[in-house]
Amino acid sequence: MTLSEKILGRKVGRALRAGEVVTVSPDYCLSHDNSAAIIGEFRKIGVARVKVPEKLIIILDHIVPAADEKYAQNHKTIREFVAEQGIPNFFDIQHGVCHQVLSEAGFALPGKLIVGADSHTTTYGAFGAFAAGIGRTEAASIWATDEIWLRVPETLRVEFLGALALGVYAKDVILKIIGDHGADRANYEAIEFSGPAAMDFSIASRMTLCNMAAEMGAKNAYFEPDEKAIDWLRPRVRADFKALRSDPDAEYEAVLRYDLSALEPQAACPHTVDNVKPVREVEGKAIHQALIGTCTNGRLEDLEAAASILKGKRIHPAVRTLILPASREVYLEAARKGLLEIFSEAGCVILNPGCGPCLGAHQGLLAAGEAVISTSNRNFRGRMGNRDSEIYLASPATAAASSLEGKITDPRKYL
Amino acid sequence: MSKEKKGKVWKYGDDINTDVIFPGRYTYKLMEPAEMASHAMEDLDPAFAKSVQPGDVIVAGKNFGCGSSREQAAACLKHAGIQAVVAKSFARIYFRNAINLGLAVLQCPEAVEVLKTGDEIEIDLAAGKIVSGSRVFNFFPLPESVLGIVEAGGLIEYTKKKLTSGS
Repeated sequence: MTLSEKILGRKVGRALRAGEVVTVSPDYCLSHDNSAAIIGEFRKIGVARVKVPEKLIIILDHIVPAADEKYAQNHKTIREFVAEQGIPNFFDIQHGVCHQVLSEAGFALPGKLIVGADSHTTTYGAFGAFAAGIGRTEAASIWATDEIWLRVPETLRVEFLGALALGVYAKDVILKIIGDHGADRANYEAIEFSGPAAMDFSIASRMTLCNMAAEMGAKNAYFEPDEKAIDWLRPRVRADFKALRSDPDAEYEAVLRYDLSALEPQAACPHTVDNVKPVREVEGKAIHQALIGTCTNGRLEDLEAAASILKGKRIHPAVRTLILPASREVYLEAARKGLLEIFSEAGCVILNPGCGPCLGAHQGLLAAGEAVISTSNRNFRGRMGNRDSEIYLASPATAAASSLEGKITDPRKYL
Repeated sequence: MSKEKKGKVWKYGDDINTDVIFPGRYTYKLMEPAEMASHAMEDLDPAFAKSVQPGDVIVAGKNFGCGSSREQAAACLKHAGIQAVVAKSFARIYFRNAINLGLAVLQCPEAVEVLKTGDEIEIDLAAGKIVSGSRVFNFFPLPESVLGIVEAGGLIEYTKKKLTSGS
């Protein structure tokens, strides 16, 4: 059996196979600023109380602090509901992006079933959880019933071997995979990141890979939990957990193999995430903005990679570079290590932890004809502002090197 | 969801994502159905919201609705009067959201190959049939496990009924 079959099987108390549809009770249900809309749907169902308030995790991150009074009202509605229903796991605007905060707070545990009203809920697979995105109406239904139907997914195994070369990162790996196989290659499927080199990835890098698996259509994506994951979780855990792994004879839909040592920096070009080219092929493209951070690449190792390139230098005068740490914990570590000072001295703008401009609502949007190089996960047309702007996705190192030159730049010359 | 209706085809390509169906800049601002409908498909086809008629059908390639989990990307089409989306395939969360809101999502690659913008079509959900002039395309009806939700008129109504019958 695969890890997904095991986690869902434990929920229903019998052995499951891919393709079956089961009704299960999730361990946690995440929502963010969209909780206001979920509350509206929940009220329509006509039950007075959330069935299991301890399972809800509500994290305000999408437009924080509120950019206008409509957003402010949304946040207020959510805070009032949290108080009314006695929801213990509420994280207000100061904490950061939901996927980072939920993980740091020790909810993303091996063997857990986590659903979230956000497409990048797949991130928690970095810790061996089964984590899938759902819609807001489904979230409202879970609040009322503590149940959801899920199809047991087939699994696509991605095996890594070899070691990454200097200047090549997890972001380049996942962009390469998506570029090679397309935005729907893993639609409805689980992705298992595996093979001899998989466990060499840091926790932060595993989160980057699982986060972006959503851009291949994956329902969930995971690394099997190892000592590295357990060590990271140890001071944070909120509940008992059981580390599950796939059996050696588990069935896979297919196996893809990647030699990490053969990879080079990658960029996803406008306007789809699977329009991927080596950075050297798009070098020289003028950019007006750089975004370094988000739930995809806003962790300490990402900021360190960018800072190592920006240290003691000034960004290009025609570029606005925005730094967006994924959480307050990351922000604090970056401050203690002097990274924020490096960024500020280089001329970057440091944003508060949150989703920032990634989804196009505030904090640095693009005008017509402008281009951004971003470490986020989507480059769909108009996502970060005007429909005639362009988004290139790349690693923090590539975004930092491009900030210095005002054009897309291979980071290896700065390392 | 109506059982049988006529309408015109709006034809689009592969990988139509949720950001072009309903831009993120509106996701926490526009809650009213008419407002949502007026921005449907804005970043892909600005003409759509202006001319779409009740009963019209979106016909698209593979992976329709990829991207964000935002439910407005299904809701705005429903409120715009779209009776169904016919595609070669759907992104997973979009498929779930559409079902949960009562927007018909039909997988029918044969129809997608042939139909063009402006074609008149008629859909019979119960019979699993799309008719356009003399051409007839068959699709598999929705899986049994989700039919209950669709028949109840969406997940909220379905859950309501389940909770009432259970208590």
